[in-house]
Amino acid sequence: MCQVEEDYNGLECNQEKIPVPTLNRKCMKCKEGTAVLIIRVNDAFCQSCFKEYFVHKFRAMLGKNRVIFPQEKVLLAVSGGAASCSMLSQVQEGLSREAPKKFRFVPGIIYIDDGGACGRSTEERQRSNAQLKSIFTETGFPYFIVPLEQVFSLPTSVLVPGTSDPDPSNPSYKQAVDQYVKEKQTLTQENVVSAVAQLSIEDSAYSPEHKLAFERLLSSLKTLTAKEDMLQTLRQHLILHVARENGYSKVMMGDSCSRLAVKLLSNIALGRGAALASDTGFSDPRYGDVVIVRPMRDYSSKEIAFYSRMFNVPSVFISGLDTKTHDKASIQRLTESFVTNLQSDFPSTVSTIYRTSEKLHTVMPPQSQTAEPASKCLLCLCALDIKVGKASAFHATLVSEQLSQIKLPDTSAERCCTEGQGCGPGGCCSSNRLPSHQDLKTLLCYSCRLTIKDMVATDALPPYIITEAEKRQKRSRMKMEISEYLLEDEEEDGD
Amino acid sequence: MAAPLGLQLEFGGGAELLFDGVKNHHVTLPGQSDPWDMKQLLAWIRGNMLKERPELFMQGDTVRPGILVLINDADWELMGELEYQLQDQDNVVFISTLHGG
Repeated sequence: MCQVEEDYNGLECNQEKIPVPTLNRKCMKCKEGTAVLIIRVNDAFCQSCFKEYFVHKFRAMLGKNRVIFPQEKVLLAVSGGAASCSMLSQVQEGLSREAPKKFRFVPGIIYIDDGGACGRSTEERQRSNAQLKSIFTETGFPYFIVPLEQVFSLPTSVLVPGTSDPDPSNPSYKQAVDQYVKEKQTLTQENVVSAVAQLSIEDSAYSPEHKLAFERLLSSLKTLTAKEDMLQTLRQHLILHVARENGYSKVMMGDSCSRLAVKLLSNIALGRGAALASDTGFSDPRYGDVVIVRPMRDYSSKEIAFYSRMFNVPSVFISGLDTKTHDKASIQRLTESFVTNLQSDFPSTVSTIYRTSEKLHTVMPPQSQTAEPASKCLLCLCALDIKVGKASAFHATLVSEQLSQIKLPDTSAERCCTEGQGCGPGGCCSSNRLPSHQDLKTLLCYSCRLTIKDMVATDALPPYIITEAEKRQKRSRMKMEISEYLLEDEEEDGD
Repeated sequence: MAAPLGLQLEFGGGAELLFDGVKNHHVTLPGQSDPWDMKQLLAWIRGNMLKERPELFMQGDTVRPGILVLINDADWELMGELEYQLQDQDNVVFISTLHGG
């Protein structure tokens, strides 16, 4: 089944392609209009029924997963492409209806300009920023256009998951909605007006040092896979920071079904299997106070492209890191071409992968809120999956890696002071001691380790990552030193 | 018939990068005895319009999976895909769904 191209040219692949009888098929829903689009295998829709279907699916997705509370501030992450612009237009449409069916949250828009990574010139970036700006001003929501270079001025608090204790005064979704309905309707109007009044236009300013540092960071990563992975991580951090700074508690991403299917498979290939449920599920709670939500995850890319064409959704195509690269340039690219090719002959591929991803759930440890930051990965903030015993697959990979490498003389000899003596509280002996590969490894999950391993020089990482890494290492070293003096708590989950 | 065929071609979603960044093209196909169908149109595009990287637009005889084709704003699957016979002043749109989101 996996050999799609080679052997199928001669055979009649009849099982999935149902021949169309006439040129003018009727819509399967209203049975009157002429069909203009085929979704899934054989469902033909006319234009108006398709629009209804599209809009309904968005509202149903938000309504089914009751995570967005009334009056909540939600940040829409727009990349300029068809899916996120369709999401934006759906939100606009949902907010324009008469109550009670109106959406009840307060949106903002963020766009991360990563042209510096993709080799775009300043004029190109300014041009696409201007185009997006005009699209955003039309919506009337507050927007932020942030260049990715600003990642070099982030604080370390980005890497620490916030607490997500719900307010005792804001208990469950149903009660929150009832409470809201009781309040006056004019309250909403005022909020929207004030939001328009404070249109925060984030200046896309970045200093030349940041630009150089960013280029250095990307050039120190050898493979395209690692570059894409690192870009994704940095983008998430920046969005998280902007959301936290401006009081947004939810972020909506525009990942479509097809894209999530590709992401699922490529994450498995990258070693992120442990975090699959949060990476591809509807809501991603790993950051604590800011929850990432994916309302477009039920739409295939065909539906989105068609909707965006038929209803003139303004979007800007911005070339990414893997535009025009060949199929085998990176793991993500290869997976995308695999899934898309398979989908063309077996149209249920993407939906099967999607249904599988819906069934994934993370096993939450009982006291996740009080877990120290040290037990989360430094970069992707998912739970560290490397503290397992000797009889595990992870340990086996470590052993085989050591055996298969030629032992270099100990280059990681940045051990300060003498063995057995940690760094004193007054700072280390060497003035700028940067974490080497060895040191960072203990703080990262398996797949982030692979990305960092690909880096030629870890000091090219943004300062907030390096500072946080040092802090965690010092803390764990200190803990080791005083471990014999600590009173051990009784383990609640009885290891 | 032997009359030349005028067509409006549009490229979107990133497909325009393969055609010098130009989204709208008005082309005139030379007249020939048999009517033009989509298969021949694609071969013509590959030969005359694609500036680079043909494998990013076409795969064998048909378009690459992930590229959506609309003929007069309707899905080409409803029109017969490659067998559809082109008529004068038809509007054919190619949208790449592999990028953006």
